[in-house]
Amino acid sequence: MTQYTIRRLIAAIPVIVGVLIVTFLLARAIPGEPCTAMFGEKATPAICATFNAEKGLDKPLSTQFVIFARDMLRGDFGESIRFKRPVLEILIERLPQTIELGVTAVLIAVSVGIPLGIISALRRNSPLDVITMIGANIGVSMPVFWLGLMLAYVFALLLKDTPFQLPPSGRLSPGVNPIPFYEVYGWQITAGTFRAGLADFLSKFYIFNSIITGNWAVLGDAIRHLILPAVALATIPLAIIARMTRSSMLEVLGQDYVRTAKAKGLRQRAVVMKHAFRNALLPIVTIIGLQFGLVLSGAILTETIFGLAGVGRSLYEAITARDYPIIQGFVVVIAIGYVLVNLLVDLSYAVLDPRVQLD
Amino acid sequence: MSIVTEPTKPVATLPLDDAHVGNIDDYRANSLWRLTFRRLFRQRSALIGLILLAILLISAVFAPLIAPYDPEKPLIGIEAVGKREGPCIHILGCPSDRPQHIMGIDGNFRDVFSRIIYGTRVSLYVGLLTVGFAVITGTLLGAIAGFFGGWADNVIMRVLDVVLAFPFLLLAIAIVSVLGPGLTNAMLAIAIISVPAYARVTRASVLSVREMAFIEASRALGASNWHILFGRILPNSLPPLIVVATLGIATAILDTAALSFIGLGAQPPTPEWGSMLAIERNQVFSAPHLVFFPGLAIMTTVLAFNLLGDGLRDALDPRLVQGGAPK
Repeated sequence: MTQYTIRRLIAAIPVIVGVLIVTFLLARAIPGEPCTAMFGEKATPAICATFNAEKGLDKPLSTQFVIFARDMLRGDFGESIRFKRPVLEILIERLPQTIELGVTAVLIAVSVGIPLGIISALRRNSPLDVITMIGANIGVSMPVFWLGLMLAYVFALLLKDTPFQLPPSGRLSPGVNPIPFYEVYGWQITAGTFRAGLADFLSKFYIFNSIITGNWAVLGDAIRHLILPAVALATIPLAIIARMTRSSMLEVLGQDYVRTAKAKGLRQRAVVMKHAFRNALLPIVTIIGLQFGLVLSGAILTETIFGLAGVGRSLYEAITARDYPIIQGFVVVIAIGYVLVNLLVDLSYAVLDPRVQLD
Repeated sequence: MSIVTEPTKPVATLPLDDAHVGNIDDYRANSLWRLTFRRLFRQRSALIGLILLAILLISAVFAPLIAPYDPEKPLIGIEAVGKREGPCIHILGCPSDRPQHIMGIDGNFRDVFSRIIYGTRVSLYVGLLTVGFAVITGTLLGAIAGFFGGWADNVIMRVLDVVLAFPFLLLAIAIVSVLGPGLTNAMLAIAIISVPAYARVTRASVLSVREMAFIEASRALGASNWHILFGRILPNSLPPLIVVATLGIATAILDTAALSFIGLGAQPPTPEWGSMLAIERNQVFSAPHLVFFPGLAIMTTVLAFNLLGDGLRDALDPRLVQGGAPK
């Protein structure tokens, strides 16, 4: 397995290099100069020349790419043209929000989708099955941005002043301030070091941070803000997972060994969970792995609707503002994350099914 | 599907006397396509998909007859309507002296229902054209990769892997940013990012069909590579491709609407559902009908293609296809 992992990681290198090249070229192919995007009307040739020289944008493309690739390998993501701050800093600030949203969405999709799929398969053609499958069909057909807006309308306006009222935007209510865990614990951290970055990164996961600091007010507020975007983002994956679970279970339930298990007098629960579900799991895991890409794309839309400054929205804004360093840094990190998730999915096959030989 | 469990007599065991061989037409009558259509019509969900699709097609073709108003011209000076007025339906109690607008009025004093009807044209056009382009490109690439193998396979598939390494919407946004916003460019971007899916499907089925005996027979008869690929292999790789393409139309419509929603696709005043939603999204609390109906229209269209695609998949499933056993 270690060998397989290493081989897969090596095989991912050309893909990552491809991603680097494509990102680099696409970012530069976007019409409009960063200088004009930055200064607007005030962008005179003289100002632009100084600006380009300062950012290294006056060098030939190939030189720019070599510098870019070298910096990337060193973990230096450069400085945002628009914010004049290191890209890494912005990434640390915004990535946790998107991960929190995405992981919550996938968790909702998995924890609701799999049971629904199993029950539908067990009670095939029952009213519950029919309703679930109709719901799943509608779920995969729904535009995320529409669902988000409708959820906001229902839960922020129609259910206003009821216990079900939920905030339609932002990550926390105004005035709610999470205190980073390292400050609560009184850790001495020197700014600018790797440890400081890591601690800062972790503390930006508000749910995680408020749990370990025991700040329940912030936790409740963060969760309430997370529900609507996470549900909107989870709907399509949920529908896909429920459908896949149902069809995979149906296939397994029809097999001889399941009948044997039933004939042996095993309890229904044991037959379903130990014998059938375990074997139906592989295609389900594959489809769950594929959902991460979908969730990332959906995050761009969800973050726009719910006013969240996450990676998706930042990237969209960076593209409109020709902020090359942000585009490059974010896209590369996302692509690497994507490759890693796919690898994890493949590795999980071997854990879930001992018959799978990774080679 | 009960067809699988029904015991049927395998074709090979039929006696090869004149009476049976003479009935060769019976074999043809049960062609894959006829079986597929018969199965398709037997499924409730696929039937619903077909009906929805028929309604959409009728709306698209007869839009000028169905839509009561011009989709792009404001009603100022034509009728006394308020900005972003809610739906007014006479049979539901709306006073009959007021003009009927079953989906309300938008921020530019236009009839929303007429815009939704005309929007059907845009959406179907988007779905069919985008997928058409992606299927042709993807099939060509996948067929070449699968049939010739070796370095062609490696180069093509690795390049497509890079496309797949991006979250699709992100890449689409980047491509549209390069090409410039607009419906055609948005469609092109969606087509480009969906090429890998079709290439992979085609490659997989080409790989399996390539090894079959009738291909060897063709080769033995002296057929050229191109003839084998386009005349023999590709027609036999079609079923999975048709399923993926039908489902792909649904995705293409959804994604193009998403691009229009963030302002990169169709531009006003085109009656495109995604951009209709985008323009009025901040009015969701005061005029929810302006967000609700375009979204519902997108969902219905996507649902129609999804149901049809799923139905086709079941109908074309090779495990369910019985050879041409005579009745």
